[in-house]
Amino acid sequence: MIAPFAGFGLGLRKPHYAEFLDHRVAVDFVEVISENFMIDGGRPRQILRDVRARYPVALHGVSMSIGSADGLDGAYLARLRALIDEIDPLFVSDHLSWTRIEGFSSHDLLPLPYTREALDLVCANIDRAQEALGRAMLIENPSTYIDFAPADMTEWQFLDAMCARTGCGLLLDVNNVFVSASNHGFDPIAYLDGVAHDRVRQIHLAGHSMGEDLLIDTHDRPVPGSVWDLYAHVLPLLGPVATMIERDDDIPPLADLLGELAVARTIGRRHLRRAA
Amino acid sequence: MSLIELQRDLRNWLIREDRWAARRLGDDSAPGLRVYLNNYRGQLVACLEDSFARTRDWLGDAAFRQAVIAHIERVPPSSWTLDAYSRDFPATLALLYPDDPEVAELAWIDCALGEAFVGPDAPAADAAMLGDVDWDSATLQFTPTLDVGELSTNAPAIWSALAVGDVPPAAEPLPETGAILVWRQEQISRFRAIDQVERQALLAARGGLSFAAMCDEIVAALGQERGIAFAGQLLGQWLADGLITRIEERSVSI
Repeated sequence: MIAPFAGFGLGLRKPHYAEFLDHRVAVDFVEVISENFMIDGGRPRQILRDVRARYPVALHGVSMSIGSADGLDGAYLARLRALIDEIDPLFVSDHLSWTRIEGFSSHDLLPLPYTREALDLVCANIDRAQEALGRAMLIENPSTYIDFAPADMTEWQFLDAMCARTGCGLLLDVNNVFVSASNHGFDPIAYLDGVAHDRVRQIHLAGHSMGEDLLIDTHDRPVPGSVWDLYAHVLPLLGPVATMIERDDDIPPLADLLGELAVARTIGRRHLRRAA
Repeated sequence: MSLIELQRDLRNWLIREDRWAARRLGDDSAPGLRVYLNNYRGQLVACLEDSFARTRDWLGDAAFRQAVIAHIERVPPSSWTLDAYSRDFPATLALLYPDDPEVAELAWIDCALGEAFVGPDAPAADAAMLGDVDWDSATLQFTPTLDVGELSTNAPAIWSALAVGDVPPAAEPLPETGAILVWRQEQISRFRAIDQVERQALLAARGGLSFAAMCDEIVAALGQERGIAFAGQLLGQWLADGLITRIEERSVSI
């Protein structure tokens, strides 16, 4: 089992590098996109080393392609392992999705059907990844725009079985639950009540936008009230957990994100008072 | 449908909007497929816009966007890193602009600078250690970020003007084929246009030829007096540029 870490963090993005390096920003950890630093050297890698000297760092990947039917990329795993060995991250995570098949790489998180075949494959890939990386991973629930039918199980049942078989933990993206629930017509409360609570080690909070027909997980605006409500619902069900605000587009001043993080802290404190 | 068939269908939808593949993915999947297609193309467009800023300045937004669309149709991404997707774009531009070779050369400079920026760290050699070197057997080790490209136009001058917001010069062919070096010095990517004599000397030295043998080649090309002076200038320039990371002396076996 992955050791829990209770705290509040932000995604480290380029416009805020200087503030994180020049000042002590009031976060308990930062999260970086692994692939941005799986490079040979240069300034980005040095910045990560400098940030790591000041803050715990979680590595969050987007290209492991844990759902690829033709397996994982050994070169990718070797590069990620080298980064892990250097950074000693708080968590290593990626998504329940796929990006690569037969030499093609989509650079977008593509959906999986929740079938027994997919579960067997995902578990085999996670087993291989965890062995190559020398540690257990967190897997994040995706936002999806296609609902493959017929499925053998719900997404949260799939995640539960995946965790039980591989020993991995969960990165619960509350915004993704909201987006997928809206797009596919399931109850987000049923999802949050049904997910394997003892496996959740990290939470993502983000904003979304309405597309032509579907809600899109855009990460380009503040966390909306609907997502805060779900966060407040699920937090009392979990053990100690790391919460993070994700913002990838239209990135505001750092102070705005710290303001959002203060909301998360307030909800967290309220939950702790009730628990006491 | 098996998982691998499903993944092939989704790939074929993204690469070429394969409507048969879309139909197999389900009657209700059309809105979601449009979202994935938009996300896929959006990622690649953003990658190329970010990586080829000066090429975009030169072509203008509309022509650059057309070139990006052509590239996405011609070359599906194959690597886990988006950085790799930039590498083939100069070749696409060479196909699209056969009569304007400066376009592909500008793109090559943009791409090479980006690659050098995240290339391996290797501290430059200290010029103070030159005094003890046995130059008869010395070979030069170059920074692993060094890349050497062919040059047929004044693309470096165009790139430099665009980078500082100046009006760029008109594109012009070089009187004879030249070359360009791109590398990273400390944390900054740099480039420098060079002539064929320096190019050949550098490629030979990087290939393992001793400095003495490299000097002999330059002397053969330029004559005794000019050749020796030029070899000395090259060594000084390469050291000042931070191109040389180590000078190795090999024991000569008889």
